[in-house]
Amino acid sequence: MVQTAPLPVSSSASTVRPSAPASKPPPAVPVDDLPAFDIQGFSLWYGSRQALYDVSIRIPARQVTAIIGPSGCGKSTCLRALNRMHELTPGTRIVGSLRLFGDDLYASGIDPAYVRRRVGMVFQKSNPFPTMSIEENVLVGLRLNGVRDRAFLQERLEESLRMSALWDEVKDVLNRPGTSLSGGQQQRLCIARALAVQPEVLLMDEPCSALDPIATAKIEELIQLLRERFTVVIVTHNMQQAARCSDRTAFFYMGKLIEYAATREIFTNPANPQTEAYVSGRFG
Amino acid sequence: MNAAAINCLPSPGLALRRRWASRGMTMLMGACAVVVMAPLFLVIYFLLREGASALDWNFFTQLPKPTGEVGGGMANAIVGTLELLGMAALIGVPIGVMGGVYLSEYGSDRVNNWIRFAADVLNGVPSIVWGMVVYALLVIPFKTFSAYAGGVALGLMMVPLVMRTTEEVLILVPQSYREAGLALGIARWKIITVIVVKTALKGIVTGVLVALARVAGETAPLLFTALGNSFWNRNLGQPIAALPLQIFSYSISPYDDWHRQAWAGALVLMLLILGLNIFVRVLSRGKSAAS
Ligand SMILES: Nc1ncnc2c1ncn2[C@@H]1O[C@H](COP(=O)(O)OP(=O)(O)OP(=O)(O)O)[C@@H](O)[C@H]1O
Ligand SMILES: [Mg+2]
Repeated sequence: MVQTAPLPVSSSASTVRPSAPASKPPPAVPVDDLPAFDIQGFSLWYGSRQALYDVSIRIPARQVTAIIGPSGCGKSTCLRALNRMHELTPGTRIVGSLRLFGDDLYASGIDPAYVRRRVGMVFQKSNPFPTMSIEENVLVGLRLNGVRDRAFLQERLEESLRMSALWDEVKDVLNRPGTSLSGGQQQRLCIARALAVQPEVLLMDEPCSALDPIATAKIEELIQLLRERFTVVIVTHNMQQAARCSDRTAFFYMGKLIEYAATREIFTNPANPQTEAYVSGRFG
Repeated sequence: MNAAAINCLPSPGLALRRRWASRGMTMLMGACAVVVMAPLFLVIYFLLREGASALDWNFFTQLPKPTGEVGGGMANAIVGTLELLGMAALIGVPIGVMGGVYLSEYGSDRVNNWIRFAADVLNGVPSIVWGMVVYALLVIPFKTFSAYAGGVALGLMMVPLVMRTTEEVLILVPQSYREAGLALGIARWKIITVIVVKTALKGIVTGVLVALARVAGETAPLLFTALGNSFWNRNLGQPIAALPLQIFSYSISPYDDWHRQAWAGALVLMLLILGLNIFVRVLSRGKSAAS
């Protein structure tokens, strides 16, 4: 509400957008720490069509991992496999193992709902529930999972909205419909809704592709705050965005993980010629 | 301006002809619209002309007088119709809504196609057939006509109507809401009841009202089930009066006063159905304004 003029945004954006990823502190890769995701030999089929080929990747905790690659290369598929959302598509099949902090997410007897409470997700198009107020939208995940404690709900409401940098803008209008907010605010509301259930990981599938540059800058700024507490995996078509806000970048091509390394490496000194060709814009 | 551009413009005479042709067609279509509207106005006109005079306080508060006597009313039939609609809704709404939810949220394509086909066939079953089926199903075994049997007949007629409209409005709820709910780790049935059905609630209510308006005037299914009654119904296991039945029996009677009351009953029934339809319009206006 304060930021009507572009000036404060461009100044704040400059903190989000280092001119080169090199200006970031070198990401200390805690190889010995338990990775958030440990994926080994993971393949996925839609019916008879294979979409992921033998992907192995260890995504470190409390870092931002960007997934990039040309359209149709399996970015969304990979992301949705991380919280088993792909199971909503009939006829999918997987092989391989996928562990979250050591727990096998695909072990028999594991409820997908349990997986999704630990691994939250934000979608490309903001989708606050139209019948619910801002407050109800944030708390719906807790309420429908049986949380009744008012003090706790209130605390989660404020904390989630603060973490998604929305509190100051909506604290006086919590009873207004969630759909009454602007597109960027709605997307941050969806982030707050995902954070309210206290997940360990937040997945984002092109969360800014429907937003204008100012709203995009806000979300990117927010991602920087989130990485202090969460593991974030973000799919993006925008390579500048990947460079700006991720610690590590995974490059997918035709369903295969081509390269996964520190973002700076990927953009300045990629090991694989295909990665090089993609990040330098020679195909994609 | 060059010559080609000028040639593209119609000559003044042609333009005039086109304007007249356009006017003529507009008037013709207007006339067609009038032809469509006319029966509605005719119905209302005749009902008002013939029935309004018999619509007095007694009509709404008194029981029918014994055969041949002048006066009395249709209080029992009005209440009876409302009771029958209530029972029909108790049967038709839960089964229809749950069936619609199943079609839209659960069933596999193949099963759904069969259910849809069955529902469409049922929608086309003549209403008298429903009466006969319920007669065989409830009246013969219990050896009595009853309000229950009438309610069941109307309720069964409502099921496919409610089911199909529920399915249609649920399918319109964007998939992204279901995904958002599932991504929060919410159980599927809670998402469906609290988020999906609630989002489509207006449409579902609209479908229910349309179905109620549709069965409110049905006579044939009640002939063999509710039967009709000149007195108050104190026991739903006994025959009950209903407006369509009363209209039917009064209009085939030889008495002028009963004819007038039949018109009045038809007027009341028509107003009930009109009221339901207006309510539907108001509801769906609210919906389009909200989205
Ligand atoms: N529901 C589905 N059924 C069948 N095939 C699918 C389905 N969803 C995706 N695919 C296929 O899987 C492959 C990967 O799709 P995916 O959506 O993961 O690509 P993406 O990298 O996210 O692309 P984009 O950048 O366009 O979003 C594509 O070839 C696509 O055709
Ligand atoms: Mg995608």
